[in-house]
Amino acid sequence: MAEILVLVDHADGAVRKPALELLTLARRIGEPTAVVLGAGEAAASIAATAGEYGAATVYVADGAEFAERLVVPKVDALTQIAKDKGVAAVLVPSSGEGKEVAARVALRLGSGLITDAVELEAGEEGPVATQSVFAASYQVKSRVSQGVPVITVKPNSAAPEAAPAAGTVENVTVAFTGNAAKVVSRTPRVSTGRPELTESAIVVSGGRGVGAAEGFEVVEKLADSLGAAVGASRAAVDAGWYPHSNQVGQTGKQVSPQLYIAAGISGAIQHRAGMQTSKTIVAVNKDAEAPIFDLVDYGVVGDLFEVLPQLTDEIGAR
Amino acid sequence: MTLRIAVCVKYVPDATGDRGFADDLTVDRDEVDGLLSELDEYAVEQALQIAEEADEAEVTVVTVGPDDAKDALRKALSMGADKAVHVNDEDIHGTDVIGTSAILAKALEKTGFDLVVCGMASTDGTMGVLPALLAERLSLPQVTLLSEISVEDGLVKGRRDGDAATELLEAPLPAVVSVTDQSGEARYPSFKGIMAAKKKPVEELDLDDLGIDADEVGLAGSWTLVESAAARPARTAGTIVTDEGDGGKQLATFLSSQKFI
Repeated sequence: MAEILVLVDHADGAVRKPALELLTLARRIGEPTAVVLGAGEAAASIAATAGEYGAATVYVADGAEFAERLVVPKVDALTQIAKDKGVAAVLVPSSGEGKEVAARVALRLGSGLITDAVELEAGEEGPVATQSVFAASYQVKSRVSQGVPVITVKPNSAAPEAAPAAGTVENVTVAFTGNAAKVVSRTPRVSTGRPELTESAIVVSGGRGVGAAEGFEVVEKLADSLGAAVGASRAAVDAGWYPHSNQVGQTGKQVSPQLYIAAGISGAIQHRAGMQTSKTIVAVNKDAEAPIFDLVDYGVVGDLFEVLPQLTDEIGAR
Repeated sequence: MTLRIAVCVKYVPDATGDRGFADDLTVDRDEVDGLLSELDEYAVEQALQIAEEADEAEVTVVTVGPDDAKDALRKALSMGADKAVHVNDEDIHGTDVIGTSAILAKALEKTGFDLVVCGMASTDGTMGVLPALLAERLSLPQVTLLSEISVEDGLVKGRRDGDAATELLEAPLPAVVSVTDQSGEARYPSFKGIMAAKKKPVEELDLDDLGIDADEVGLAGSWTLVESAAARPARTAGTIVTDEGDGGKQLATFLSSQKFI
């Protein structure tokens, strides 16, 4: 069967959830194999996890370049493996870096590129990807018409399903091409203990209606009661109430959770572009005319400082 | 030595308008007004700031697009860029990002540059891959998705706030950079700037000028194929209640009915 190469994203020595989603999606269009880059001693356990989720072979490459140089070493590795193994498609997570890696790999392979797919299915002429565009007002289906399809897939596009496969490790020596920017220093993001925003099944976001940085406490308490990630609108981030890394919207993170709760968010186009593909949408806002209410499955017109704590207490009591 | 800064900008449909697709499944540009992509304003701003810090610098804005794309160039010129390059050719219609990067790379080579500055993504396609493709085509280092940027002693330095970590990056010039909306508010054009922009040179180039064959670009030259584009079905109207003291409890009941709690 056709080999579908999946770049396995990892952090702190563990596989990140979007990689498991990609392995799951890859099984729909062929036989998944995995690439694990720069994981050091964690490579063996990461490869084992990839095997549990369906990777027949796991290509492992290590080297200081992956940490010390930006993007290009990963491009070198993926391109080399894709060419050597004659793969049928390359799947990469839709992160900022993932998309850049995919773009350069596509160019080197002479292949078309599709980014931010939310669905993947087998077609007669290769994989067909669904994208959600124009602030999720349109669904576009497209495919790559030249070369080996290179496709990036958004987190939460599939539920990871275990499917034990051999997971045979094959070590690869990569010929690095150079010409990459130097990473002078790297400061890992301090973990809040909450789920990663783009990966979480539930997201609770606060906006202008939260009123102040301290106001986010009620948002965080609700999020913690649900095991959810915390998001913020651009207005709240621009006001300095919450970090930019938590911004949901066109210029922030694009999220697609099972449940999205918008508190004190009016629902401007910028924000909608980042959350409109959420499966269930709930809003709490004082303004009954707020455009967010056009999107919701359930809306409460009311003061978030009363509604959210009451909801949090209810969840705690159940 | 003059520091030559080229800024790549895009003319995009206004996101507050009703965006859609034409019969050939390309973006319908007739039904909605266009403007300079908001995220490119940050690129123009950072280019102008870098130029202001340099002893001697020149900022050129470059775009690929139809006649109306001149509006995007005028906006950048009125903010303070020195000159503009407009690649315009009817055979470009329908070109995908890989093709666009080929055209821009040729235009940049023809114009000459020490630093290429891009926005983090366009506000229409939102792919965010053009800067990486340009770096690949021009065989230059990419220093992308920067929230802070500076140029000194022939080096470009910047801060990239990624999902998992914040990285400090550097590369020698020439290089391709992209900046995020965290890099600093873009200035508004002054009246003087708007008047001055009318006199600034806009160089027109077509595919022949760049030595690109028509069949390498456009819909026919695209390496991807859109099979269908459909408006997302309207959401069925949700339940909306007004809080009269038990709004949180009612919401809990809804979330419970959906098995979230």
